[in-house]
Amino acid sequence: MELLQGKTWKFGADVDTDAIIPARYLNTSDPAELAKHCMEDADPAFPARVKPGDVIVAGKNFGCGSSREHAPIAIKAAGVSCVIAKTFARIFYRNAFNIGLPIFESPEAAEGISEGDVVTVDAGTGTITNNTTGKKYRATPVPPFMQQIIAAGGLINYVAERMKK
Amino acid sequence: MPMTITEKILAAHAGKEQVVPGELINARVDFVLGNDITAPVAIKEFEKIGVPDVFDRERVTLVPDHFTPNKDIKSAEQAMLVKQFSKKHNLANYFEVGRMGIEHCLLPEQGLVGPGDLVTGADSHTCTYGALGAFSTGVGSTDLAAAMALGETWLKVPESIKFEFAGVLKPWVGGKDLILYTIGDIGVDGALYQAMEFTGPAIENLSMDGRFTMCNMAIEAGGKNGIIAPDEITRTYVEGRCKRSYQFYQSDPDAKYDKVIHYDASRIEPQVAFPHLPENSRPVSEAGNVEIDQVVIGSCTNGRIEDLREAAKLLQGRKVHKNVRMVIFPGTQEIYLQALREGLIEIFVESGGAVSTPTCGPCLGGHMGILAKGERAVATTNRNFVGRMGHPESEVYLANPAVAAASAILGRIAGPGEVE
Ligand code: SF4
Repeated sequence: MELLQGKTWKFGADVDTDAIIPARYLNTSDPAELAKHCMEDADPAFPARVKPGDVIVAGKNFGCGSSREHAPIAIKAAGVSCVIAKTFARIFYRNAFNIGLPIFESPEAAEGISEGDVVTVDAGTGTITNNTTGKKYRATPVPPFMQQIIAAGGLINYVAERMKK
Repeated sequence: MPMTITEKILAAHAGKEQVVPGELINARVDFVLGNDITAPVAIKEFEKIGVPDVFDRERVTLVPDHFTPNKDIKSAEQAMLVKQFSKKHNLANYFEVGRMGIEHCLLPEQGLVGPGDLVTGADSHTCTYGALGAFSTGVGSTDLAAAMALGETWLKVPESIKFEFAGVLKPWVGGKDLILYTIGDIGVDGALYQAMEFTGPAIENLSMDGRFTMCNMAIEAGGKNGIIAPDEITRTYVEGRCKRSYQFYQSDPDAKYDKVIHYDASRIEPQVAFPHLPENSRPVSEAGNVEIDQVVIGSCTNGRIEDLREAAKLLQGRKVHKNVRMVIFPGTQEIYLQALREGLIEIFVESGGAVSTPTCGPCLGGHMGILAKGERAVATTNRNFVGRMGHPESEVYLANPAVAAASAILGRIAGPGEVE
């Protein structure tokens, strides 16, 4: 299974969907356009500096607020390989799985990882390794049904398969 | 086994005798919706599934309410996608500007959602319809696409928290204050993944409009849904209005809750939520001297007729402060017309306010009232995140319509008692 690796960007608690992608940019759903403004209101430097593979690490309730799928789409299109947070807001959690943005819930990792650390995440086992400190963490296991969605390559493929049967 | 109202509705839609919290179910949906921001993404995904039609043309609606009347070319193109899809699939309900309203005011008003329904919508405030005794929750665009194709959705049965509001409300206190107070108490993730069931004498005496306001903001505490058991007030509202048959569910007296939280509602004052989270609520009397630049009255939280009446009561015969612009957004055309007939619009215009056609507009920092750097607004909306109404260094203070009106008059955050 996939290994995700990158440098981390750290954010605080309750990062909302307006911070991830402000509504003023929602007159388009083009992922590349959205990526240009990803996390802009939380950290104006982020869109220009984020590198493919980078990892977002955040506190509790990441992605709270609106149901806009543009939020995980913007993060994915910005090249971020995965998000690690203490907890995720409900709709964001669902949306991330549905569009194929890997996310991991781990309060310990969210606390223990510092900005700029390099981490490796084994998406299959949910093991998070902090290469900078050598510490390892375990993410909360993903429910089996959601693993099926991931295995199918997102909700739409999953549904399309089902409709064929 | 005893069940909560949320569990009963979910069980009925999953074709089961009972469900328990944590269980994953496949549930039939009665109605699904999207808007001009979320629907374009959903349409793209829907087309990938490869089905010719939506599951039921009467039970899908896409409301162009966020950037409409179209604010620019890109928005116009998004709204056009919504219109073309609605035409192509011959959706029974399409609301063009002039008939359009803010989705969560419009759907209940038009009788498209009702008690006992299971509704999913690609908008986080879909939880509003819980006020009718429905299970209703926000999802993303891909989930909407799947539900439009299948007529069903997967859900995890939430645990429920019961909130009991005792006592009689003080003057100028309404649903907005109860919910801001609650979020202030439990925090913006205080009900994460959970159902928020609002009960008690203060809720039983709350009007339908006040109930919509409360359930609207369940998402602001992280809740999956907000719900209020239907009663005579609900019946009066839905009778003759609901287009489909509906069913009243009640929680069993011995149903299991994760928590039961008691509040003495008679002690709750009008609230103001300070930037930049809805949980930063405090009594308006403790707001201090906060000068403001803009007042927004409207949105799916407080854009209903009662809200406009409250604001008009204070604005009648008074003027908006010279340093303040006040913008009023009725939730739907029907509300607009009603306000016009009752003379409320005249009061607003005479007081120096601007009255708009229904739109989400400033609520999400879209258009029609954007804040400059450093500006402050009092708004009857539901979110005060960084940049929500404009510049990342602007500020939004959430309050009820009476507080908003009083603040508009005095040019600073003020309680209704200060102008009466
Ligand atoms: S009024 Fe505001 S909160 Fe309500 S649907 Fe529109 S943008 Fe969303």
